[in-house]
Amino acid sequence: MSASHSNHSDSSHHIVSASTNLTVFLSLVALTVITVGAAQIDFGGVWNIVIALAIACVKASIVLLWFMHLKYDSGVNRVIFGSAVFFVALFFGLTATDVFFR
Amino acid sequence: MSTTNNEKGIVPAHHFDSVAQEEDAGIQGIWLFLATEVLMFGGLFVAYAIFRGMYPEMFHHASKYLDTKLGALNTLVLIASSYSMASAVRSTQKGDTQKSFNLILITIACALIFMTVKYFEYTHKFHEGLFPGANFSHPGADKHLGLFFGLYFVMTGLHAIHITVGVGLMVWLLIRIKRGDFSPHYFIPVDAVGLYWHIVDIIWIFLFPLLYLIG
Repeated sequence: MSASHSNHSDSSHHIVSASTNLTVFLSLVALTVITVGAAQIDFGGVWNIVIALAIACVKASIVLLWFMHLKYDSGVNRVIFGSAVFFVALFFGLTATDVFFR
Repeated sequence: MSTTNNEKGIVPAHHFDSVAQEEDAGIQGIWLFLATEVLMFGGLFVAYAIFRGMYPEMFHHASKYLDTKLGALNTLVLIASSYSMASAVRSTQKGDTQKSFNLILITIACALIFMTVKYFEYTHKFHEGLFPGANFSHPGADKHLGLFFGLYFVMTGLHAIHITVGVGLMVWLLIRIKRGDFSPHYFIPVDAVGLYWHIVDIIWIFLFPLLYLIG
């Protein structure tokens, strides 16, 4: 399972380059501007919240993958975080079905 | 990165086979903690979603009481703080602890700006009578308005507590950096506080559109 680590005697941690960090930062700023701009337009129905949440998910993924090193990390940490998200989704899914479709 | 650990005199704690294994275990522990954080805030987000589904017009109306400019400003401040924190972790990994020290100072400054903006937002809401409880009064408004502000204060309040804890952790890092505790061979605490700081940023990334941008 940890075969990918054994070729590093020193550290399994990847050092993210300064330019990557800067690109991530600028992307997050751009997405913040986009989400504020998109909120000023009425897309009708549920589209505003769908677009806002989609942008938030992209921003969160960018932070997770690069700032939090999940892109370079062991699969176990991805599974741990993914399981937390899964159980929140399960919590929401079952509660929403009960409240709105009973 | 081909130097061996022993060359630098760095030895792992006795229950680990190697420094790399010690690092992996430490960081994995932090991810387990972050999972519990996601579950804790997750409960609040589910409450938000259910109540918003029940009273969509009230949420739409209530959001207008929040200042989008201040929310957006705080979003940018937190993104900048995440950037300086990620850069601080990088500097520590590269062995430049002085730069790491300065970058953590910048991160703390961003956290304080965030809390100052939050202070003005909160006091403004108190004066307007929007804090849920005995003094909650907003004549002519939707009768469920208190529900929105209950969620607003609990969610942003719990988030603000996390920011405050983060400042404490970063001050602890500054002291340990000055003491010369960290090197490219040992930086688990810096990495760990960084991960915590980023998850607090991610929570805000969701709070901002859900609370401020629905008017």
